Amino acid sequence: MMEKQYTLSVLTEDRSGLLNHITIIFTRRKINIDSLNVSTSEVKGMSRFTIVITTTREQADKVCAQIRKLVDVLGAFVYDDDQIYYQEIALYKVPTAVFLNGQTIETLVRNNGARILVVEESHIIIEKTGHKADTHDLYQKLEPFGLLEFVRSGRVAISKSKRHTEQYIKELEESNSNQLSIKNY
Amino acid sequence: MNTSILTLEEKELTTAERITGAEAVIRCLLAEGVHTIFGYPGGAIMPIYDALYQFKDEVNHILVRHEQGAIHAAQGFARVSGEVGVCFATSGPGATNLITGIADSMIDSTPLVCITGQVASHLLGTDAFQETDVMGISMPVTKWNYQVTKAEEIPFALARAFYIARTGRPGPVLIDITKNAQFQELDFTYEPCTRIRSYHPYPELNEEKVEEAAELINAAKKPMLLVGQGVILSEAENELIVFAEKTGIPMASTLLGLSAVSTDHPLYVGYLGMHGNYGPNVKTNECDLLIAVGMRFDDRVTGDVKTYATQAKVIHIEIDPAEINKIIKADVAINSDAKGALVSLINKVKPSSHTAWLAEFRVCDQIEYEKITSKEFYPESDGLKMAEVVKMLSDKTEGKAVIVTDVGQHQMVASRYYQFRDKRQNVTSGGLGTMGFALPASMGARLGQHDKTVVAIIGDGGFQMTIQELGTIAQSQLDVKILVLNNNFLGMVRQWQQLFFDGRYSFTELINPDFQLIAKGYGIKAMKVETREELATKIAEFLTHKGPIFMEAVVEKEENVFPMVPTGASVSQIRLE
Repeated sequence: MMEKQYTLSVLTEDRSGLLNHITIIFTRRKINIDSLNVSTSEVKGMSRFTIVITTTREQADKVCAQIRKLVDVLGAFVYDDDQIYYQEIALYKVPTAVFLNGQTIETLVRNNGARILVVEESHIIIEKTGHKADTHDLYQKLEPFGLLEFVRSGRVAISKSKRHTEQYIKELEESNSNQLSIKNY
Repeated sequence: MNTSILTLEEKELTTAERITGAEAVIRCLLAEGVHTIFGYPGGAIMPIYDALYQFKDEVNHILVRHEQGAIHAAQGFARVSGEVGVCFATSGPGATNLITGIADSMIDSTPLVCITGQVASHLLGTDAFQETDVMGISMPVTKWNYQVTKAEEIPFALARAFYIARTGRPGPVLIDITKNAQFQELDFTYEPCTRIRSYHPYPELNEEKVEEAAELINAAKKPMLLVGQGVILSEAENELIVFAEKTGIPMASTLLGLSAVSTDHPLYVGYLGMHGNYGPNVKTNECDLLIAVGMRFDDRVTGDVKTYATQAKVIHIEIDPAEINKIIKADVAINSDAKGALVSLINKVKPSSHTAWLAEFRVCDQIEYEKITSKEFYPESDGLKMAEVVKMLSDKTEGKAVIVTDVGQHQMVASRYYQFRDKRQNVTSGGLGTMGFALPASMGARLGQHDKTVVAIIGDGGFQMTIQELGTIAQSQLDVKILVLNNNFLGMVRQWQQLFFDGRYSFTELINPDFQLIAKGYGIKAMKVETREELATKIAEFLTHKGPIFMEAVVEKEENVFPMVPTGASVSQIRLE
């Protein structure tokens, strides 16, 4: 079966140890996590995990079912890339001297939809948000200028579904069955 | 992340009584109806043991000889009673010694609450004496775990623990309580947990799926029922019989499903899997409909998945959504407990019978009897066979004893030949295959019910893994009949070495001690049986003795268990010799 990238969105109670609980489900099946982001969500006391893995659809679904089994997990969903809007953020540190030498880098920043975050005496920080291909593209363009440091965040994603998270949690609280928690969005 | 889970309202309850965290633990257990605890004290759990002292009349605490003994005993207790088993252990090595039993409970869906002491919260993470990260270690093998660092969290944590352990697909929960939380005082009130917003253990029965299943069942010519432990866990034994009798469908059992159906039921066709019966294994690949009830298609049941029942439609009734389509794709999946689904199905299926199809199983039974069973029951050789010992035991107990087995050849033989007649008689380690399980589990089986004789059937290998629990049995005078089938070998491994490793018996022969002497050393009456002639009288004596008794049956050294589905082979390639 074909392997491709899947994004898992997991809603959980804000509880210590859950990150470990979730990641061991992947390690047990020897699935490498491409990227992982944990953040608070729009609902108080609730966290959102965004996990990107490369695997088969079948494996992704099975892993998702195992995650749903965790007591403190409120919901887990598997998405194809075309079912979500997603972004990553990248920061690039380049020597300020390069910037003073001419217009090239400024044009580069402007034309690539990036922005200058900080200008210091020794270096400047450029920020770019986009898909991995975009941030990687800028990386390659900045490399000749003597890139000092580069960092890229994990993916954050939001589904195209009409699910309203707060409403979902409310329904979940009132529900007497597991119908909602095993539903796909 | 936020670790405090008490809401303001919970903190403000006014009818509270001021007690220590340690006492709160005991009071919570009493509120949950717990009167039997298996445990072993140590530094970090001493306040709880001190609190226990004043509840000696209400709580029967069994002092084991090793924490592994405590958890297996709690498992045995849970399996026969259907209640949550409880055990105590201290921090560090006490807690890590529970892990095997926790993993065993996880895979075999046994409800447990394990309470471990932990070093004081200011010492967490400092490599303090007997500190171990039991939360991290137990995470993959618990249904839920929680660390209590403040006394006020105790009622909440324990209420959740019991709710989670016993609901849905049952499983083990571990609550780790720091020593300072045990000493601290709290305003105690207890409110059982009845719901958790992120945990929905009860599936909603989808009647449409039940209709679809009923249609498949009504149309099937060669249907077959696979009975798993889910039937026992949801107490659906009677519904299963009503369903089977209405539809006339033959019933086969998984290892953990044994004793859900009386083996003399006309529709019962035997047990499934690697060393199961001939009929249900080969017929799996000949039936046109498999109805799997409360089971998870373990690889020991399916053999080669690619060739497993490919000709058949599959109905899978299962409470755990993660088990559906995990191994075998279901044509109709009913996410439900066994009882709910069967009750609904009973009304939707048409009365039917499958006499000719059932007769095919009986032909298989006849073949199996001629090629295997008869030779084991009435052997020509002098040495005792495991099968004839089990048969004698089965006859003399009229199939009504609780049979606690360990892991290996004796387990397969006991499962093949013991004629279970009643509910909840079978206690064994299935999924994890934990040697050393039976002796301590039999202690729990003794205390978890009062009507039935408890017989632990153990191999000489497994017996020595937890042999120290003879001390517990003696001290607590637990009326357990301990039957060791001794072939001076790690028999199942030896069998594999003979069949698949050119007879290279690499480290499987055991030079054993005088088991009778050991039992006697503990003050337990001991017997030995070596010949066929004395088998009947010795077993009778063994069973009529009041109180704990040990018997060693010296069996043939190099006996093999058949039938056998070799690893990776199809169930239809089952070997009879």
